[in-house]
Amino acid sequence: MSTVINFLTRRRGRDRFDLTDWLTWAYLILGTLLMFGPVLWVALSSFKTDAALAEYPPTLLPLAPKTAIVAGYDKPLQLYKITGGEYKGRQLAEIRRIGLVAQMVDPTQPDKRLKVNIQDRAPERSMAFAIGNYTELFSRFNFVRYLWNSVFITVVATVITVLFNSMAAFALAKYKFRGRTTVFLLIIATLMIPPTINLVPIYLVVSKLGMVNSPWGVIWPAVATPTGVFLLRQYMLTIPDDLLDAARMDHASEWRVYWRIVMPLAAPAIAVLTIFSVMWRWNDFLWPLIVLTRSEQFTLQLALNSFQGELQTNWSHLLAMTVLTLLPITFVFAFLQKYVTTGIAQSGVK
Amino acid sequence: MAVLELDGIVKDYIGLRAVHGIDLKIDDGDFCVFVGPSGCGKSTLLRMIAGLEDITGGELRIDGVRVNDQRASERGLAMVFQTYALYPHMTVRENLAFGLENIRTPKDEIKERVGRAARMLQIEELLDRRPKQLSGGQRQRVAIGRAVVREPRVFLFDEPLSNLDAELRVAMRREISALHRRLGNTMIYVTHDQVEAMTMADRIVVLRAGRVEQYGTPLHLYNEPANQFVAGFIGSPRMNFIDAVVEGADATNVTVRDADGQTYQLAADGSELSDGQEVVVGIRPEHLEIGGDKGHPISVQSIEQLGGQSYLYCETKSGTQLTAHFVGQTAMRRGDEAHALFRRSFLYLFKKSDGQALRRLEIGEAARKG
Repeated sequence: MSTVINFLTRRRGRDRFDLTDWLTWAYLILGTLLMFGPVLWVALSSFKTDAALAEYPPTLLPLAPKTAIVAGYDKPLQLYKITGGEYKGRQLAEIRRIGLVAQMVDPTQPDKRLKVNIQDRAPERSMAFAIGNYTELFSRFNFVRYLWNSVFITVVATVITVLFNSMAAFALAKYKFRGRTTVFLLIIATLMIPPTINLVPIYLVVSKLGMVNSPWGVIWPAVATPTGVFLLRQYMLTIPDDLLDAARMDHASEWRVYWRIVMPLAAPAIAVLTIFSVMWRWNDFLWPLIVLTRSEQFTLQLALNSFQGELQTNWSHLLAMTVLTLLPITFVFAFLQKYVTTGIAQSGVK
Repeated sequence: MAVLELDGIVKDYIGLRAVHGIDLKIDDGDFCVFVGPSGCGKSTLLRMIAGLEDITGGELRIDGVRVNDQRASERGLAMVFQTYALYPHMTVRENLAFGLENIRTPKDEIKERVGRAARMLQIEELLDRRPKQLSGGQRQRVAIGRAVVREPRVFLFDEPLSNLDAELRVAMRREISALHRRLGNTMIYVTHDQVEAMTMADRIVVLRAGRVEQYGTPLHLYNEPANQFVAGFIGSPRMNFIDAVVEGADATNVTVRDADGQTYQLAADGSELSDGQEVVVGIRPEHLEIGGDKGHPISVQSIEQLGGQSYLYCETKSGTQLTAHFVGQTAMRRGDEAHALFRRSFLYLFKKSDGQALRRLEIGEAARKG
């Protein structure tokens, strides 16, 4: 703890803030606000009711009007703080509003009706989390289904991506064969083709193979990534050939060399590719949108999109689902992020 | 236990021949050292024997069986690499066991063999460490252990000591020799260090530019180098060479005159020589006698005194560099004038044209005095 405090309060000026310190703090705070602000707002807003979301001016915290049950009235009445006039400073419950005047009642004296100008009252509000936004995702919408679709596609595609790309990278990095450079350049060259150009041909292939409306239609076109091959190959070049030769002398088959020697040693690069692949597949929108048309096959991203109707948008559920969609990727990243820096640094890729 | 035969082994890289048809027979239980300057093809040859490089031409036989097309894993050889090549992600125990696991050895036997090898190499307490946590010498032991545990027919060593410091190198040199005595396997050892070759080998193969220059026991190579290259390569510091011209030659005696006008006789078969032919006279630094007033006049350029022995670097009048090595200390100083005496029986004679040595007739005496 003391090291954390020590770290946070470290500054350039010995006993007072140097200009550098001011600028650093300002820059970092601004950066945090810019990057983390929207996420925080989404997270907080996801707990607001639809009414609170529609409120203008918007509030940062999920606030809901305070109500009180007053004897003699069936419904709970909304509480107001009186800011001016005769009853200034008191807390009254509103019965109804007529024009510019509100009929109010003091909860402690329920039988006496008071008239207050609406300019003189401000609603009393308190923090209230609309948990319903989340629970309804499970009860009213098929959230678990979408989550499963997303998880299935992400996990399977990532496993296949890592497996195929690492095999290709192993061959390109460690075998000498005629045309090796050509093959590698061809793979890299596909990076130059914009994905939008591929879209139609790939769709034709996928539909001919009967994979439309199936998670495999999303998985297969995505597994061969030039970035992954490049990243892993660059890393595997740094594994000494002697190690592979030693394994071969140790009776290891080529498959075993790959599986027992190359794969464990390429772990940092594989972690990087895993993170990338998880992020790509999890956040993928356009391709699933094209391939998956039936709602039971939807991934989370597609389900989010379906909340946004032509005429009205179901903001409260949309926001709640956005937050839930963000969570897994955040955990994956937090768990593997230390490999990203080392892996990227070592494979010389960004 | 294996006899290794190389029959016209050739290695071509694109547009380049690295190994030019090598014939060699390595007997069962021999410690054979391939020695030569860097780029001579010795490592390539070893890797071809190991099965890590394809053999372009010729035939490689182990115990009479052609193995050209067998893969490295099928040849039953084990190799120790210059970089040790220990698997960094495995513990020492896993490193040792990996080869045995690959041939599906039963677990109990793996355990027993790893234990035995570890005891033999005194690495038992390191078994659960990772290579990163070991010192250079310990890594070397583990690398050797990995070869030993497999109980191979032939051990291959690729410059295994070149990454160790001088002191450790001497110690490991003796350990590998002791290992060879204990196991009795055929071993092939590649090095560029002729001291390692001389001290460890039963037989030495001297290689240059992909060709065998000479094959024989260490002392044979020392006493009877086949040519000027071997003479210069074997022995430290290297042999002194003096250009000379034949003044008279017959089957038992050759008289030469060098650039300083000195004339001397050698006991060599000079029947192939003719008067006026250019030759090179060789004498090892330890056979050069400095002092007295007979022989070549020389001036001392520099002196290295190690206490127990001394090196003298001298120059003759004509500018030929001579190195002298003798036991003990000297009172000579830089710039001193002295004489260097070439004794007839210590002299070697090579043809200038192709470097081939002429047969010496008084080797016995030279060896005894040396």
